[in-house]
Amino acid sequence: MTFLQFIFYVLAGIAAISGLMMISVKNPVKAALWLVLAFISTAGVWLTAQAEFLGLVLILVYVGAVMVLFLFVVMMLDINVAQIKEGFTRYLPLGVLVSIAIFALMYLVLGPDRFGLSHYPSPQEFGANYSNTKAIAVPLYTTHAYAFILAAVLLLVGIIAAITLTLRRRPTTEVLYQDIDKQVKVRAEDRFRMVKMDAVVEADVKKEEGKDE
Amino acid sequence: MNFVIPSFAPAMPEIVLLVLASLLLVADTIWSKRYEFATYYATQVILVVVGYLIFESFATEQVITFSGSFVRDTFGDVLKLFIVLISLGIFLFSKEYLLQKKFYKGEYFTLGLFGVLGMFVMVSAYNLITMYLGLEIMSLAIYAMVAMRKDNQFALEAAMKYFVLGALATGMLLYGFSMLYGATGEIQFSKMAQVIASGKADDVVLSFGVVFVVIGLAFKLGAVPFHMWVPDVYHGAPTAVTLFMGTAPKLAAFAMLYRVLIEGLPGLVQDWQTLIIIITVLSLAVGAIVTLVQDNLKRLLAYSGIGHVGFMLLGIVAATPDGYSAAMFYIIVYSITGVAGFGMIVALARTGNAFDKVSDFKGMNKRNPWLALMMLFVMFSMAGIPPFIGFYAKVTVIQEAVRSGFVWLAVYAVVTAVISAFYYLKVVKTMYFDEPDENTKAEPVSRQLNWAVSFVSVALLILGLMPSSLITLCYNSL
Repeated sequence: MTFLQFIFYVLAGIAAISGLMMISVKNPVKAALWLVLAFISTAGVWLTAQAEFLGLVLILVYVGAVMVLFLFVVMMLDINVAQIKEGFTRYLPLGVLVSIAIFALMYLVLGPDRFGLSHYPSPQEFGANYSNTKAIAVPLYTTHAYAFILAAVLLLVGIIAAITLTLRRRPTTEVLYQDIDKQVKVRAEDRFRMVKMDAVVEADVKKEEGKDE
Repeated sequence: MNFVIPSFAPAMPEIVLLVLASLLLVADTIWSKRYEFATYYATQVILVVVGYLIFESFATEQVITFSGSFVRDTFGDVLKLFIVLISLGIFLFSKEYLLQKKFYKGEYFTLGLFGVLGMFVMVSAYNLITMYLGLEIMSLAIYAMVAMRKDNQFALEAAMKYFVLGALATGMLLYGFSMLYGATGEIQFSKMAQVIASGKADDVVLSFGVVFVVIGLAFKLGAVPFHMWVPDVYHGAPTAVTLFMGTAPKLAAFAMLYRVLIEGLPGLVQDWQTLIIIITVLSLAVGAIVTLVQDNLKRLLAYSGIGHVGFMLLGIVAATPDGYSAAMFYIIVYSITGVAGFGMIVALARTGNAFDKVSDFKGMNKRNPWLALMMLFVMFSMAGIPPFIGFYAKVTVIQEAVRSGFVWLAVYAVVTAVISAFYYLKVVKTMYFDEPDENTKAEPVSRQLNWAVSFVSVALLILGLMPSSLITLCYNSL
């Protein structure tokens, strides 16, 4: 076993264990932290595969931005996860069976028999001046430009969807809004109505009271 | 590095649609206050413009651009034109429905347009990445549209189910895609087909991938055994959204099936044919039997939709170009019939009475003879009774299945069609022979919807009287 292989197995092992911990711990904050560890070790795996850009972006974007935001949300909301996870183990036997079956299948199909070094050459080793960033950027902006733009559209749709579903205009009975358009357009007739009516003479109260007695 | 700027011309409809939809998104924030229906009318105009662009530059031969990630061919153009036509109808119905249920919002139409864009991308995708992105754009827009009625528990539950199961299906599909890429080393469909034909790719990995791809496709088409979400989501979603997701996306899903399985994996026909036979048999059974006990019309149409997908897959099982054309014809006919069926529910829906139960149609003939006749057209067309177009759709797929030697499957399909005719006729019987609960006239929501429903339903009859043009169109486009 070479040193690189050793590093790979250590990182892959950490990633697998932290993934398992992430779904099994009760505290959501701890779960998020385990996920961070899984991301970092995966980033390490990518670094060993000479995909430096991807590894760093994974740490910057997922660990630095997404997970931090996620932790904020989790800490602000008071969610009782123990309650949600109740009955979680009810389907455990079935789940274990299914996952064993899937794992066995995956091992048969994706194992060294089919994807081993005899079938696929080991990846090319690049020198120190090789730029992984450029290797990703050039196809991204040329051959895959169409897909790149579509991904942007997908994000746009995501934004529209999220805003549509969360933006709530509370009814005016709760909150008062100012609608400048309407305010400017208002005319005296809308607010103020002159009514012609006959004079009303109030009946003499005392007289009536006297009658009752 | 020599890179030639690709030709943008073939993708002009998509580009125009994207630009106009984005502009509409901005314009909506300004318009929505002053002109109530500006966004709705703009949406319809955009669809007409895009439809015109496709029609005017109708492709007669295959053009591939954007470094092999986009394809423009007759097959795609026909499907896109039908998507545009059906979406025009959907938005017409939606406007009235949204107004009536008091959640009229400009976002509904912008999201709808982006959904249409997603379908276009799927129809024109020529590699695995763009196929996946198109699917996601379409699905994301529809998830949001289902959940848009925030005060309705059913709609939220439906949105949640749809979202979670849809994500699962996408995961399956992506997993299958990654296997295909792993085995062939290509993402472009034609190149994948070449590598598979050359025999360099590992068979076991390929069939492993095909299984997952077929699972993902079956999920999206709503075929058994991956149909669990269909009735619940169709039932819970606002009827206008049910109308949207039950019709146009089926065309896109069919395009996905065609591009991935038939253009990308023709060499694996043995593998996916067996899988699809199983799915077809199960879908036909569920579509015929489970529907018998439904008393909610939306659920009934959902289950019958499962059966219709089974019928469509008969054409795919045949695995001949003619079979695929028959399947294409079937899915187009199904989408049009779906617009008429769900449109009828939208047109009759009143506040406080969704008009989505079969019993709501009791004595419909006395309450509104014209709409009862239109509903009869829809039900007869779905059941496959001549001279309606649904009959020819069923005949062509069964014919192609028999031609490819699947006589037992064809006989089985006919049996299920007979069983399913029972519940379509049950609706007709309810309308014509049952006494109405109330004797008030059942008025459609607006005169516009009355016209729209009548137009689509009569179209089923007229198309059925002269089916050859549509059939020839489908046969010539493949």
